[in-house]
Amino acid sequence: MDLAFMGRTFLTLIEGVPLLLELAGLSLSIGAVFALLLATMRLSGVGVLDWTAQSYIFVFRGTPLLVQIFLIYYGLGQFRPALQEVGLWWFFREPFYCAVFALTLNTAAYAAEIFRGGLLSVPHGQIEAAKACGMSRLQRFRRITLPIAVRQALPAYGNEIILMVKATSLASVITLMEVTGLAHRLIAQSFRAVEVFVVAGAIYLFINFAVTRAILVIEWRLSPHLRQAPEGEAPMKPAPAHARGA
Amino acid sequence: MSKSKAFGPGLAGAVVALALATQPVAAQGWETVRIATEGAYAPWNFSNADGSLAGFEIDLANDLCARMEVTCEIVVQDWAGIIPALQAGKYDAIMAGMNITDQRMEVIDFSIPYAGGPHGLAVMADSPLADLPGEGRLSLDSDPDAVAALIAEWTPMLEGKVIGVQGSTTNANFLTEYLGDIVEIREYGTTEQHDLDLSAGRLDGIFAAHSAFNATMQKPEFADMKIVGPGLSGGVLGRGVAVGLRQENDDLRDMFTKAIEDAKADGTIKELSEKWFGLDMTPAG
Repeated sequence: MDLAFMGRTFLTLIEGVPLLLELAGLSLSIGAVFALLLATMRLSGVGVLDWTAQSYIFVFRGTPLLVQIFLIYYGLGQFRPALQEVGLWWFFREPFYCAVFALTLNTAAYAAEIFRGGLLSVPHGQIEAAKACGMSRLQRFRRITLPIAVRQALPAYGNEIILMVKATSLASVITLMEVTGLAHRLIAQSFRAVEVFVVAGAIYLFINFAVTRAILVIEWRLSPHLRQAPEGEAPMKPAPAHARGA
Repeated sequence: MSKSKAFGPGLAGAVVALALATQPVAAQGWETVRIATEGAYAPWNFSNADGSLAGFEIDLANDLCARMEVTCEIVVQDWAGIIPALQAGKYDAIMAGMNITDQRMEVIDFSIPYAGGPHGLAVMADSPLADLPGEGRLSLDSDPDAVAALIAEWTPMLEGKVIGVQGSTTNANFLTEYLGDIVEIREYGTTEQHDLDLSAGRLDGIFAAHSAFNATMQKPEFADMKIVGPGLSGGVLGRGVAVGLRQENDDLRDMFTKAIEDAKADGTIKELSEKWFGLDMTPAG
């Protein structure tokens, strides 16, 4: 292994990190909103809504992301006149928007099921207790259901975030030069696949290390009642911090 | 005798067998040669709807193998990894429209070229670039001044335009070196993909081998595509298309070179080239 070469490789590949973070960040945030909507539809008890959300999730979880990206980018590219007519071509013309679109639709399907699991895991007794305290529906959701659901869903959702960081590597197939795209180009110039991919892998590993640490911190903050009370404090706290709206 | 003792010689035997199996093939002479192609670069090499391979290089490979009296196995390999996989011993030769360049010569070896041909720009007929000046043939090696003048003439017209090219190719090298500061370059995995994006209007032009353009323009939806500017060759665009080989396989290189010389001499390359490209791409010399 040539360390000087790997150093230069690192400097080249690191230029793809902003694009990687933009793709993952945008699609995860838009996807999370969309997923919450889908999860609510699944739990609404209204047949049509439930069925629509189920079919969507079935299609987007059941097909490879690579195929979705190809279909959205090259597939829709064949329908330019129709898309121009409805004024959507400016969006589908750009590889960046197409990639964010595909990643968003994909993560929304996975996250919807994770959120649904989180919402279902809220113990009935706690909701009943909140009702007994006279909380309104919105108060119950904000103070009890949401914090508990988020905490329960967090480990699985953390997985999803990591998968999305790695999924951005597929954007290189539609000409976006993120870390993997730059790695391919560098291999073509240097013919040194091992060194370049080792550095690329290390970059993903580092980003995902930061992601896992951040998730751990959030998980820790959301579960104060599961920790031992600090010395000197009353053993029975009035209510968990999150339930007080902290 | 206990069972566990019988393991000793058995294991040793397996290790010996493994060591024999990984001996360089060259030591035994060539009986089977594995040739990699891309399978997505019509008419050089491409996959039919049923998955079978066809094209100029498939026909030529079969012809060369018959001349070398070896059995050939043609495998498909993505363009981007085609040289590393050759070095890793996944196959023994590359026939995939690959040009001889100095950069590639540092890591692999080449036979003599079996085809040559110009490279250039293509646009859709209704594009503002359809009147891009320049014609005929230009060599980056022997006419550097004419090339510089051409680029200067192109610059105001190409400023800010989006040009597609297959990544990791001599074409991409040309764009980066000569037009990198002028146009926005988008790199694709295959030429078929940049063709699609040209017709979808995401690209203002594409840069590739004229032979590939000719094949694309056969398709009805690309009837409006137009080659503009001169046909360029030499320099970063390479010294002709040849068989790529590992540097230690001198014997195989000489076998290919001899077979290509024979195929040139008896007109096979000319015949195959006219069949697939509609023109004679036999390299000079």
